Amino acid sequence: MKETPLSNCERRFLLRAIEEKKRLDGRQTYDYRNIKISFGTDYGCCVVELGKTRVLGQVSCELVSPKLNRATEGILFFNLELSQMAAPAFEPGRQSDLLVKLNRLLERCLRNSKCIDTESLCVVAGEKVWQIRVDLHLLNHDGNIIDAASIAAIVALCHFRRPDVSVQGDEVTLYTPEERDPVPLSIHHLPICVSFAFFQQGTYLLVDPNEREERVMDGLLVIAMNKHREICTIQSSGGIMLLKDQVLRCSKIAGVKVLEITELIQKALENDQKVRKEGGKFGFAESIASQRITAFKMEKAPIDTSDVEEKAEEIIAEAEPPSEVVSNPVLWTPGTAQIGEGLENSWGDLEDSAKEEEDVDGTDGAVILGSTKMDTGVEVSNIGSQDAPIVLSDSEEEEMIILEPDKNPKKIRTQTISAKQEKAPSKKPVKKRKKKRAAN
Amino acid sequence: MAGLELLSDQGYRVDGRRAGELRKIQARMGVFAQADGSAYIEQGNTKALAVVYGPHEIRGSRARALPDRALVNCQYSSATFSTGERKRRPHGDRKSCEMGLQLRQTFEAAILTQLHPRSQIDIYVQVLQADGGTYAACVNAATLAVLDAGIPMRDFVCACSAGFVDNTALADLSHVEEAAGGPQLALALLPASGQIALLEMDARLHEDHLEQVLEAAARAARDVHTLLDRVVRQHVREASILLGD
Repeated sequence: MKETPLSNCERRFLLRAIEEKKRLDGRQTYDYRNIKISFGTDYGCCVVELGKTRVLGQVSCELVSPKLNRATEGILFFNLELSQMAAPAFEPGRQSDLLVKLNRLLERCLRNSKCIDTESLCVVAGEKVWQIRVDLHLLNHDGNIIDAASIAAIVALCHFRRPDVSVQGDEVTLYTPEERDPVPLSIHHLPICVSFAFFQQGTYLLVDPNEREERVMDGLLVIAMNKHREICTIQSSGGIMLLKDQVLRCSKIAGVKVLEITELIQKALENDQKVRKEGGKFGFAESIASQRITAFKMEKAPIDTSDVEEKAEEIIAEAEPPSEVVSNPVLWTPGTAQIGEGLENSWGDLEDSAKEEEDVDGTDGAVILGSTKMDTGVEVSNIGSQDAPIVLSDSEEEEMIILEPDKNPKKIRTQTISAKQEKAPSKKPVKKRKKKRAAN
Repeated sequence: MAGLELLSDQGYRVDGRRAGELRKIQARMGVFAQADGSAYIEQGNTKALAVVYGPHEIRGSRARALPDRALVNCQYSSATFSTGERKRRPHGDRKSCEMGLQLRQTFEAAILTQLHPRSQIDIYVQVLQADGGTYAACVNAATLAVLDAGIPMRDFVCACSAGFVDNTALADLSHVEEAAGGPQLALALLPASGQIALLEMDARLHEDHLEQVLEAAARAARDVHTLLDRVVRQHVREASILLGD
């Protein structure tokens, strides 16, 4: 299904907030959302949550014959899929541009930066090499897919263990995990993508945009770095025009962020390693927090509300006092009450032109004194006491029933909207918008 | 490749250029009579053709029409004989799609699309021989073609590639230098304001060297601009002679 467009007022609100350096979830301009990494039971399977954006990564391997022009190198294959559960806009046919962009960026970031030693994946030169395949699935889209995907890919690769092989002369022995422990891949460094969103033609910039901010941004700059401050990939996209010093500034910020994220990744990998060694429970089922409805708690968004009181006081002081005071409710019978008198019916203006019969009073059609009056739908009491059949239907075009007033006729005129409120019989039905017959 | 030094001690590169030197650029505008605008460019051995149709009515679904500006549609295709080994798919593979998207992004920023609402501008680029710097050659060819078609742009869009070897920034990489696996940067620039329309970089480069490489690429792009400007003026002069002005 097509994406619901963003309303203009939401767009304006977001842009105004960004101008005042405020973000919807209370983060600062250079803050990342919470990153949570959890591992599955198999080696090479992980889920990365960046705020609410969730990416699942799985690494698998296979022995194949190598490419002709690279006989001694293993093969790396990356694939990111935008699952339909991530966002309603991701349909099988519709995603091509975004998909191509993300896939190419991931490929360049992870393959061209040579983070994995492909020579170590060679088993028999020219005949058998390992093909490592990284599959990433986006499970929930809340902005900044590329960062989450790159973290998931590199974490899955670090976590993965491939079966051990030994070569003796011409014989190649592939050991099962039971015979020999699987061997980790040789990874030189961890490239991590950091996204910068630009707004208002490059005047404002945000790190880690969420989905709303992505919709209003002008363009995106992605810088992939590792913790040694080596830039692995830069990609600018969208229609923004950058200046050289903006790019340099972003690369400095990216350096700081990548250090933090790399520490987090190392810690997560160590924790998982420890748990597996000690024989504890591991896997997704353990890491997904159980949330019971009775214990449900919302996270506090860290928004600064200290000056809300003063602002509110100012606004209230300057505003005009409210115009009307609501009158006390009038109790007709137990269980029914009437508050206020409603507005005057303005349909009389329409009736003036289309009228065939003049009203008895000859006044403007809106007010008919004396005999007829339309009650609010509040009076229920009369129904039971009448003997004529009650006409009930859902059609709003139905003939309306006008009740005889049992009190002094007031200039109360409210419209009965639904059939439920149509009251008791013994009153003559009156056609809407046509003639008004004076009831007796 | 073992034993191939990209930068000799005297400061010469594999093809005899100095570090900041561009390859020889030759360009021609108005190559095809049928298209609204066309251009051919040779940067060293890299040869690219660009053809522009537009602005014209939106083809295909009317729903894609933008109410306030023109739609820019770019397609990149590299001939099967363009590289050393014969390519199986000239277009439709991921790399070509990505190039098309990047070209579109570059030109959407440069063309004054507000002047042609609800219409479409098509830019088709074909690479005949790829010897490094294909993105740059495509952008330069497309700029000339757009100018030939008479579509108003903010400024020239000039692109160049740059690399980094032995603590020196190299400008305008050839295929041999690209295949060596060092960092490569592709930059598309609007020369007058210095604004970067597209920035793309691959392979590891230390952050401290980024400024040097960016500077080299920007300088090279400005040199390309001087050349393209000369080509355009020459073309206009020839055309006005024919018109008898």
